[in-house]
Amino acid sequence: MRPAFSVIFLTTLIGAGQGLFLALFTAESYAAFDLLPAIAPGFLAAGSLLALLLLITGLGASFFHLGHPERAWRSAAQWRTSWLSREVIALPAFSAIVALYGLVHFSGANPTLGMLPSGAPIKVSAVLGSLGTLLAFLLFICTAMIYACLRFLREWHTPLTVINYTLLGGASGFTLAAALAAQLAPERTGFFAGWAVIITLMGLVGRGASLVRNRRLKPRSTLQTAIGIKHPRIVQKTQGAMGGSFNTREFFHGKSVFFLRRIQWIVVTCVFLVPAVLLAAGVWGSGIAVLAQAFAIQYLGLLAERWLFFAQANHPQNLYYQAVP
Amino acid sequence: MTQLALVIDLNVCVGCSACVTSCKEWNTSSAAGPLCDGNPYGAEPTGTFFNRVQTFEVGTYPATETVHFPKSCMHCEDPPCVPVCPTGASYKRKSDGIVLVDYDKCIGCKYCSWACPYGAREFDEAGKVMKKCTLCVDRIYDKGLPEKERKPACVRACPAGARLFGDVHDPDSEVSQAIREQGGYALMPEWGTQPANHYLPRRKTQLHIHEDELERSDNPLLIDSELPQPGTGEPSLDDVTSW
Ligand code: SF4
Ligand code: SF4
Repeated sequence: MRPAFSVIFLTTLIGAGQGLFLALFTAESYAAFDLLPAIAPGFLAAGSLLALLLLITGLGASFFHLGHPERAWRSAAQWRTSWLSREVIALPAFSAIVALYGLVHFSGANPTLGMLPSGAPIKVSAVLGSLGTLLAFLLFICTAMIYACLRFLREWHTPLTVINYTLLGGASGFTLAAALAAQLAPERTGFFAGWAVIITLMGLVGRGASLVRNRRLKPRSTLQTAIGIKHPRIVQKTQGAMGGSFNTREFFHGKSVFFLRRIQWIVVTCVFLVPAVLLAAGVWGSGIAVLAQAFAIQYLGLLAERWLFFAQANHPQNLYYQAVP
Repeated sequence: MTQLALVIDLNVCVGCSACVTSCKEWNTSSAAGPLCDGNPYGAEPTGTFFNRVQTFEVGTYPATETVHFPKSCMHCEDPPCVPVCPTGASYKRKSDGIVLVDYDKCIGCKYCSWACPYGAREFDEAGKVMKKCTLCVDRIYDKGLPEKERKPACVRACPAGARLFGDVHDPDSEVSQAIREQGGYALMPEWGTQPANHYLPRRKTQLHIHEDELERSDNPLLIDSELPQPGTGEPSLDDVTSW
């Protein structure tokens, strides 16, 4: 497939936004159960604002993918069958919860709604946070299932797609939370950086597994099944177009195998290895500069990762276009 | 239930692309708006088509065969392109099984084209919506046309008669009989899309002539070249020649 930059930005930006929100609420939950000292509401409010900005920027990027952005409202219609439609509903719903969550912490109006049997208070922010967590995971599932549900795009049609979207969004979000904490709540930096290292390494395992899987995939469709002629030697002579067509543009990335392999190493280095080292330094007390670098490198790496995700998907329609590189 | 479809006979198709041009002509003039072209008179012309003919060479020279292969939307019975559409612009008609795009609802997200394994959908770069074969839905029901013209433009244009059109769910239809009796098959059956369009395979047309057929068995002398020569005085058949 030809990677579309609008979709690359959409998925990486909202992924980081979702991960950042999950990081914030994780820290608040730890505090609610007295596993951590209470966390400054100002930090949570600032984090929510940042997450919201990421979500809105991602949503904005997605409009560049549409031929008719003015009709985008129609895309919520088919939620019964279309994961894209479900994503279109889940994204604003999640953003609204993030906004409310941030507002509660910003205003300080966080009343207690009841008590847990253990005696811990149930705050409004905890209810919003739980709802947001649920929606964040739902959104990861919707985004990934858009690709994973296409059964003949076999590079995508695997549970690893959902797992990796979740892990990589989580990793970049926790990394960003660590960088933010280094600035606004330095005593929490280690907590976020620690989790970020763990999720980043889990992401390495998940994405590594999908890269290995991609390499081993045997195509199920062949030129023989595509045109229904069972002869081992078939050569295409014409493709039905002189100057190319939608089919020769949309489904080919146009880069060499060599280029893809190089991108693969950039991904492994920039998304996983370098950030893991920088984050580990964060756990031992490095400041904002190192952690901001960790996030920047990881995010740039994720852009390459998403590019590779699209480029590696081999569409069966390409069998009808044997002469496109 | 009706399922309209095309049956394309690869044994007959000569690759003339008459179906491609007549399709383009009919559909670019339709009420649904033109099928836009890009750079039509330049070096690299491109454009939106519902139907294209490709050519494949099968085998190793000199034992090769040239196969011309027209391809358009298969109007799958279980079309993967339909459920993924977020707007409902892509739909399959219950009444006749045609898969259509509502160009007024389509947001141009291209998701359906990713979900079609056959590459049958083309994005119109000028209209910014997804387009595909409609089986000439605007002519096959047109009461203003004489009955025999109510067929897709490609079917009417094919000079070789390689394209059949009809209801593949009606066992007595011309298309069902052709599929049944001439080994009609569907493309990429491995994905379970159940394409309604079918292809008829290449067939070897062979004539066996046995030796006894080379000579007339009722020839009393068993020699065709040397016919009995009557005498010149014998009565002739036409009173002109002696024989
Ligand atoms: S051929 Fe493609 S566009 Fe046509 S119905 Fe099947 S999946 Fe949909
Ligand atoms: S491009 Fe149009 S028809 Fe295709 S999935 Fe998007 S909205 Fe539906």
